[in-house]
Order: sequence, then structure tokens, then C-alpha cells
Amino acid sequence: MLRTIGKRIATAIPSLIGVIVVTFLLTRVLPGDTASFFAGPAATPQAIEEVRKQLGLDRSLPEQFVSYVSHLVRGDLGTSLTTGRPVVTELATRLPASAELTLLGLLIALLIAVPLGIIAAVRQGSWIDHLCRIVATAGVSLPVFFTGLIFVYVFYFILGISPAPLGRLDVFASPPPDITGFYLIDALIARDFETFRAALAQITLPAVTLAVFSLAPIARITRASMLAVLSSEFIRTARASGLKPSTVVMTYAFRNAMLPVITTLGMVFSFLLGANVLVEKVFAWPGIGSYAVEALIASDFAPVQGFVLTMAVLYVLINLGIDLLYGIIDPRVKVEA
Amino acid sequence: MTTLSQPEPVSSSVTGPSLAKTVSTRGIGAQLRHIRYVLADNPVTAGSFILFVIFLLAALVGPSLVPYDPLASNTASALRPPSAQHWFGTDQLGRDIFSRVVVATRLDMIIAIASVLLVFVLGGLAGIAAGFYGGWTDRIVGRISDTIMAFPLFVLAMGIVAALGNTVTNIVIATAIINFPLYARLARSEANIRREAGYVHAARLSGNSDPRILFRFILPNIMPLMMVQISLTMGYAILNAAGLSFIGLGVRPPTPEWGIMVAEGAAFIVSGEWWIAFFPGVTLMLAVFCFNLLGDGLRDIVDPLRRT
Amino acid sequence: MARHLDRRGFLKSTAATALATGVAAPAVWSPAKAQSRQETLLVVSESGPNNIDIHGVGTNVPGYEVSWNCYDRLISHEMKSGPGGVPYYDRDKFKPELADDMNIGDMSVTFRLRKGAKFHDGTPVTAKDVKWSLDRAVTVGGFPTFQMKAGSLEKPEQFVVVDDNTVRVDFLRKDKLTVPDLAVIVPAIYNSELVKKNATPDDPWGLNYTKQNIAGSGAYKVSRWTPGTEVVLDRNDDWASGPLPKIKRVIWRMVPSAGNRRALLERGDADVSYELPNKDFAELKDSGKLSVVSTPFSNGCQYLGMNVTKPPFDNLKVRQAVAYAIPYQKIMDAVLYGLGTPLFGATAPPPAAWPVAHAYNLDLAKARQLLSEAGYPNGFETTLSFDLGFAVVNEPLCVLIQESLAQIGIKTTINKVTGANWRTELNKKVMPLYTNVFSGWLDYPEYFFFWCYHGSNSVFNTMSYQSPQMDALIDGARTAAANGDNAAYEKDVKGFIDLAFTDIPRIPLFQPYSNVAMQKNVSGYQYWFHRRLDYRSFVKG
Repeated sequence: MLRTIGKRIATAIPSLIGVIVVTFLLTRVLPGDTASFFAGPAATPQAIEEVRKQLGLDRSLPEQFVSYVSHLVRGDLGTSLTTGRPVVTELATRLPASAELTLLGLLIALLIAVPLGIIAAVRQGSWIDHLCRIVATAGVSLPVFFTGLIFVYVFYFILGISPAPLGRLDVFASPPPDITGFYLIDALIARDFETFRAALAQITLPAVTLAVFSLAPIARITRASMLAVLSSEFIRTARASGLKPSTVVMTYAFRNAMLPVITTLGMVFSFLLGANVLVEKVFAWPGIGSYAVEALIASDFAPVQGFVLTMAVLYVLINLGIDLLYGIIDPRVKVEA
Repeated sequence: MTTLSQPEPVSSSVTGPSLAKTVSTRGIGAQLRHIRYVLADNPVTAGSFILFVIFLLAALVGPSLVPYDPLASNTASALRPPSAQHWFGTDQLGRDIFSRVVVATRLDMIIAIASVLLVFVLGGLAGIAAGFYGGWTDRIVGRISDTIMAFPLFVLAMGIVAALGNTVTNIVIATAIINFPLYARLARSEANIRREAGYVHAARLSGNSDPRILFRFILPNIMPLMMVQISLTMGYAILNAAGLSFIGLGVRPPTPEWGIMVAEGAAFIVSGEWWIAFFPGVTLMLAVFCFNLLGDGLRDIVDPLRRT
Repeated sequence: MARHLDRRGFLKSTAATALATGVAAPAVWSPAKAQSRQETLLVVSESGPNNIDIHGVGTNVPGYEVSWNCYDRLISHEMKSGPGGVPYYDRDKFKPELADDMNIGDMSVTFRLRKGAKFHDGTPVTAKDVKWSLDRAVTVGGFPTFQMKAGSLEKPEQFVVVDDNTVRVDFLRKDKLTVPDLAVIVPAIYNSELVKKNATPDDPWGLNYTKQNIAGSGAYKVSRWTPGTEVVLDRNDDWASGPLPKIKRVIWRMVPSAGNRRALLERGDADVSYELPNKDFAELKDSGKLSVVSTPFSNGCQYLGMNVTKPPFDNLKVRQAVAYAIPYQKIMDAVLYGLGTPLFGATAPPPAAWPVAHAYNLDLAKARQLLSEAGYPNGFETTLSFDLGFAVVNEPLCVLIQESLAQIGIKTTINKVTGANWRTELNKKVMPLYTNVFSGWLDYPEYFFFWCYHGSNSVFNTMSYQSPQMDALIDGARTAAANGDNAAYEKDVKGFIDLAFTDIPRIPLFQPYSNVAMQKNVSGYQYWFHRRLDYRSFVKG
């Protein structure tokens, strides 16, 4: 088992190196001179040169790269110029916010999309099937930021049901003690139901926005996978032996159809985590996505590099986890190195 | 958002590798009959096909039909709600939103089609070569795909557009790059399967060169599955452009483009001028919707499970 | 419940942000939420600080706001009634802040420090802190040093400790701007012992420490700062340099979406917001549900600049043609929604003030004629650039200008430049045609003109404009001001304004407004030259 994990991680190393190199180069060709941005509006050319030296931007690209990598090896992702904080600290404090939002979004999507997919498969070709398809596809057809803004307008501005889109908690509430970094879970651990309710109220709208966007892939794979399973030998046998249709679908077919869904989930999760940059911007959510976008716009290299690297590592880990899980659920599948 | 351009790989075990071969061995007539059957059987796919034709027509002749100059401002009639004169209302500068939405169709179709063609050529060829030759080619293509996949894709697109400049060309390039792994992997697995197929062997024995085998025998067989992917990616290309617009990396003003119109109109929603973002938004949604459903429909056409 | 929360909230915030001064400043939540809301000001804006020390490298404008409220200066400005009755800083009247007495001599000014003034950690403010702070401002480099220089404050030797409570600032030369320059944000007074303790050989001025920690004596202290998300400031109850502010706590949240900021205001969840689109301010003003204060930028205007070193804009007639082809009124209506002072179509010669209107108007026939006289009867092609950071105004503005210029044959491509890149592009001085805003902290016409039109070619002379006649007029006005020669001063000011309009290297478009929207129960807004909020004067309820 351990050897398999080791091998898997080893194969991921080249692409991680690729990510580091590409990100480094990409951030260096970003337009905009970081030095003159940070030298302030009234900077003289000498002042800009001074800042450039301070920031180490006067050195050659290979030199900068070597210094970046040597810091990286020591776990130092550099310091953000826009926020003035070490990137590692910032990512560590912001990652839980993004992860909590994404996981909840995914959970909501699952709760809606899986039943939809099953119904669609069982009633293949019926109007329910078409409706499921239309609903799921409509969700993925709207730009997420637009869905988010519409939700804010309707549920906060017009109806007043939802709280102000001001991030993870109401301004006058304070966060629960930091255990997992997930406010919902931490509040429950602390038995602080008021904070739990406040956090839940804040997270609902952005999470639903993300969920709407991820319905389609999950519903689609559930349906396809269910269809495949439903037409397989053992289901026919089960049916032929007179089992109740609901038992056949739920107990036999569903269980087997879940495998591809789990694989897709891993993909959807890591993609959503990177994709929720826009949702975070709409809801003033203090996650890593909004952090990366701001940094990219300000030509602030370190956070962009840190963010991309974190996401790449997460991606590798999640896929590894999914593969291992897959192997446990279905022993026939060997984890390939 | 593009990142969600992860519809499950089309060649999943569900559809099975053998189907495309079956497609190829059938006659054209049978194919058409099958398509007609699927369309008749599936009103949603039929509807989306009609929608697609409408969008194509709008892209082709729309600009010469619109009632107003999409770029002409008229500050005297700014921010008018939809009316008989301005069906979709007017924007902040008094430009006719209907005209802008219609004229934008061409650009958005260009963005969608160009990025898909680009990634089809690059990803498809790389994938076929990887699958056909294996070895180093396969490893290199695989590594490139892995590296791209490990990126948060929307951020990669942002980075590319920010670095190269926000022009239509660069938006197209960025969209193509982030979709590269999908195409490369799909083409690779399909080519890999067919490498050892009987008809490929036969072609090789009768003295066909490698490129000829690739283009004459393997590519046509992969096409149906690729078409599904293409249809889905076209939708994501438009969404991707919209997302870029929202963070300020969209096309140059005053060019009409759905995404940037939605992104800019979004600021007017709270103040009650909903139509500025709504109509381009609905059009954009319909287009993406139509591409997605079309992709689904195409999948059904190439899906053996539906053939009874 | 509430008490329980308080403690946790505080512990968390301190742990998360390595607090400034050693003093425990617990975030005391009033037991009743309503009570705490009453004394808390919730401010929302688009962006937040990146550094809370104005001496820092690349401190952004939101960072200035923190510095202004958390540090004291020796002196500050009195208030007067400004446009529309808004309290407006009085350029010519100073009031004591850390100093309680100021004595201006012929070639020096002497300050006596206020007794009982303490830094946030309890150490008294002494003359050596003042000297250290001013030394820091003139030697640290970058923006602070530049700003000090604008008032002829250049060398540490100028700052003399007379005794523990007295500091003298010697003048290098007679300069009308020296004393006003001691009342801007930069000459803040730092707790020298505290900062020195946290300085390193690489960082002798302790910039890394003050980047995230307040070492001042001001009316507020930062108790929590999550970059990009929020800044929480609590009142310094021991503040000695003025009457105790009414607002106990300021929560400043960053809300990137303008639509959401407006929604927060309209629903009554936010107390104060600025950085909204003009349209929103105009509508909020009309709706009457909120109080919206609009004040013209002091000493500032938005302009269309032309690079005069290269064809076609090296040709005076081309520049004049452009000035006659700008849809000024359309811009006022459709872009600014009336929230700006028009700077066009003057019928009388300009007075000796700035900014003032020029005589150009939209006149396409005249523009066409000038263009063909210049040798471009069929126009030409060029690029029109703007800063994406201010796209709400810049984009429609450029679209309107583009459309209007097209009518005289000038075809423009609009070039959006991201905020980070804008300054680089300006500094390169290669953009042929662009729009930009400049405003000066020190509200004197010759100050504006020195930076924007003088042949010494500062970074703000974005047009690379060179004219010996202009230089002579600007230098003349500065000398006249220092010597108190009013007649000569007025003549030179009128002269350089007139020349700027005749040569028209940049076309002033309008004087923007600084807009702030507040709930009806919030009052006490004051307009400052830096255009950021001064929390000390706010009152809620």
C-alpha cells in the first residue's frame, strides 16, 4: 500500500515541477512593473530602482528562480506585496474558508444531482429524464458570478432572507475557536449554536451558487453510470428473480453505480476549489481564490505562485485519495503507478 | 468556471471502446437514419439543434439586420427599459442592447469555434500521436496534460490572458490551452485502442504510411466522440470569456460581447436596471445551454446503449 | 453568551494577527448587540490597506486612512464650511495636534509638545520621538521622502531637539509649503523606542514592524487586520491630542462588488461607503434614504493627456482639434451623473485659482477645420488608454471620446490597462492618448503645475510637455508665494493657466467629486485633502 502511494506521488513530481516552472515564468511575463507599482504614485526613476533592488527584481530570471526554489524547499512561499504577509500564513488561514465553501457546495450538489441522475436513468427517455437534463444543464450554462449576483439581489436585497454578503460571519459575531478552520464544524464542537446558525446563513448562498454550477457533471455521470449498471447482467438477474424494483435500483444498482461518481467528485472538487474565485469575489468570501485573483491583477507574484502550487498539490492528493478509495471499494481495481 | 469543463471523459467505460468502430462500419444512410431517429426520439436535442442553427444564422447575417448601430451612443436615451423601440432596452450610454446582443453573436461564436478548433487540432493530434506511437511521445504528451490539469484552470486562463494581453486571440489561446488535456487524453485512449485493431493492421499491411493511417483510418473513427467533446467545450469557451470579463480581462470596449455585457451590466442590477445584464445573460445561457444539450444529444447518437 | 464570545473573539484576533502594541486592547463587545452597533461604525469599501505605515514601501491609499487615524502629527488643519456646507479642511488654518503650540519664525518653526500625550503602549511622546520620526520620513526613501521634499523638508539636520518637549524645524529655504507639508499624512510621529527595538540591521527604520503594527499615539489603534477582508480599529481612550472620538470601534470591511456595497447601504447594514459608481451616488442622493456627501477633489482634475513629443500630438492644431471634439456635456451626464464640476466652455478669462474651466467646447466643425489645417484632413489612427482600476468612469468616458473623435476622422483603439500596470505605462511616457486623474494634497495652483507642466519633467508631466515660458511662470509664482508678493503671484498663476489652455497638452475634462454615502443616523463626515475618512469626527445616532 505504502509503496503504491509512494509510486503515485513520485509520478506526480514531474507535473508539480512543471507547474512551478510554468507559474514562475507566467508571473514574470505579467505586464506591469511591480517595482513601479510599489514605489508609489510619485516615485522618481531612482526610487523605482531602489524598490526594485529591495524586492530582488533587479536580478536575472534564473537567479530569481533559484532563489525562489531554494526558499520553496524550506517551505517559504515568499511574502505577498499587496498584503504584506507571508504567503504560507495567508494560504493556511484562507484555505479552510474556500474548502468549507466548496465542500458544502459539493454536498448540496450531490444531494440534488444524484437523485436527479438516478431518476433520469430509471425513467430514461421520459419527460423526467429530459427535465433533469435541462435543469442540470441550465445550471452549468450561467456564468457563476452572474448566478451569484442574482442570488444576492433576490435573496438579500429584495427578500431580505439572506444575510449581507460580507464573508463568513456577520460583522458583529466572532468566529468559533479554531479547531478545523471550518466555522460550521468548529461552532458545533464548541456547542455554540448561535454562531453555527450565523455561519450557516452566510455560507448558504455562495454554496448554493457553486452547487448550481456543479449539478450537471454529477447528474450526468450518475445517470450514465446508472444506465450502464441497470443494463448489466446481475441487475437483470436480480430483476428476473423477482426482487422489488426499488430494491434493485437502490441496493444493487446504486451501490455499483457510485464508483464512477466518486471519481468524478474528486475532479469536480478540485476544479471547484480553483473555480470558486469568482464566487468568492461576489460574496466577499475570504478564501484563497479571491486572494489569488487580487494578486494576479496586482502582478504580485508570490501569492499567485503559492496559490497555484497549493492547488496542484491538492489536486494530486485528492486524486491519490480517490484512487485509493476506489481500490478499497472495488478490490478488482488495482491502483496503477 | 471553465474548470468545470470536466464533463466526464466521453470515452468512459460506460460507452465502451468498441462503439466508434461500429459507427464507422455502418453506412452513411444508416447513420442518418439513426440521427433522425434520435432527434425524433429526443425533443430536447432536436430543440437545441434548432437553437444552434438560429445562433449560426444570427452570427452570419445578424449584424446586417439589427435596428441600431451597436456602437452608437445616445446619452439622451440612456438606461431605458425594454420597449417597442428598444426591445432589450438601452445601456448606460444609450446603446441598443438588442443590437449589441445580436451583433455579439458573431464574436462569441468565433471565440467558441476558434478555441475549439485550436484545441482540437493541437490536443487531438498530440493525443492521437501519443496513443498511436506510445513511448516517448506518449510520455511527453501525458506530462504536458498532467501539468495543465494540475493547475487551477480558470486561474491559468487568467494568467495567460493577463500575461499576453486581453485580446480575442489571447482569450481563444487561453481557452484552448486549458482544454488541451481533455482532448489529448480522449484522442490518446481512442487511438491507443485502435492501434491494434484489425482494419489498422490491414491498412498497414497494404503499405499505408503512418500519417496516412492516422488521418485516413484512425481520425475518422475518433471524430464522433470528438464531436461530443467539441460541442461541450464550445459552451465552456463562452463561459470562460465571460468569467474573464468579470475580472476585467475581457475584450476591448466598445466591442459587444455577451460576457462583458453581463459583467458590466451586473453593476446595474441593484439599482433596478436589470435588463442590461439580463438579456445578454439569457442569450449567453441559451448558447451554452444549446451547446451542452447538443453535446449530450451527440453522445446519445454515438452511444451504443441507445441503439436497439 | 456575549461575554463568552468576546473573550474568544479577542483571543482569536490577537493570535491571528500578532498585535501591535504590547497593550492588551481587548475587543470589548457590549453585552447587548444593539449597544455595540450604536458605537460601532461599519465602513465598506472596495479595497483595503496593504501596509498600515505610510512610510512603507508601496503603501496603498487605503493604508493612508489607517495611518491618518492611528498616528498623530504635530499639527493638523482647522475645519471650515466647504462646498455645499460640508465641513472642509481649511488650507490656511492650522490647529495643534501633538504640539500644543507652534511658533513660526523667519527661517524656522518651533513646536512645543502637548503634555500627557502617550503612545499606545503608554510611553510619553517626547521631542526625540518627533525628531526620529521626521528623520525617518526624509531618509527612508520612496513616497514619504518625496512628499517631504515638496515642502523643502530634505535633511535630518533640519529637525532639532531643543529640549524634551520642544522641537525646532529649520527651513532650508523660504517655502510657503513647508508648514502645510508638516500637516499631511507623512510626518506622523512614531514611538521611536518601540520601532527601534523591532528594527534590524537590514531594516534600520523598522519598516517591517510598522508595516503590520501601529507604533503611534493616535485616536485609534488597529486591533484586527485581515488583509483583503477587514480592518478593525478600536478607540484609544487615552488619546490626548483632541476631544475623545464618539465612535468606539470601526469595522472596515472590503466588499469587492459595487452592487453589493450599494445593497448593504440601502438595506441599512453598512454605515458608510465610498468608492461607489457615480450613478449609485446620484440615485442614492435622489432617493433621500441616505445622506450622500459630494465634494469636489481639491486641486485635482480628470484630464485627457496627449504625448506632445511625437506626431500627431506634437502639433498644436491637432491638440486643439481634439479639445474641440470632446463630448464634454455627454460625459457630465452619462458618465458622472452630474457628480463633477465641469471644466469646459468658460466664457471669461480664468481666475488665479485651480482647477478652473477652459474655453473649449464641443464644436466638430471647428475641430475638423483645425485638423485639416494641421495636415490631417482624413484624420489618423491612435490608441486611447485608461486605467482599468477606475473602469466605472474611464470606460464609458473613453467610449464616448472614441465615438466623438471618430467623427473628425481620428480612429482610436481603446486600451484597458490593469491597475498594476497603469503606473508603469504612465512612467514610460509613451502612451499617445490617455485619460488620468491628478490631484495634489497641497492645495496650491503652482504645486499642481510644478508637478504636471514643469520642464523638470516629473512623473506627473505625463505629456512630456516642455516650455521655457511655462517654467518661468511656475518658478515665478513659487518665488512670489514664498516672498508674499501677492500681485506677482496672481499674475504668474493666471499666466501659466492661460498658457496651459493655449498649448493644451492635456485637456482638463472635469473636477471629480469625492462621494461618501452614509446612513441618516451617521454624521460628522469631514472632507480632507487626502479624501479618506477621519473616524475621529464621526457620530452615530
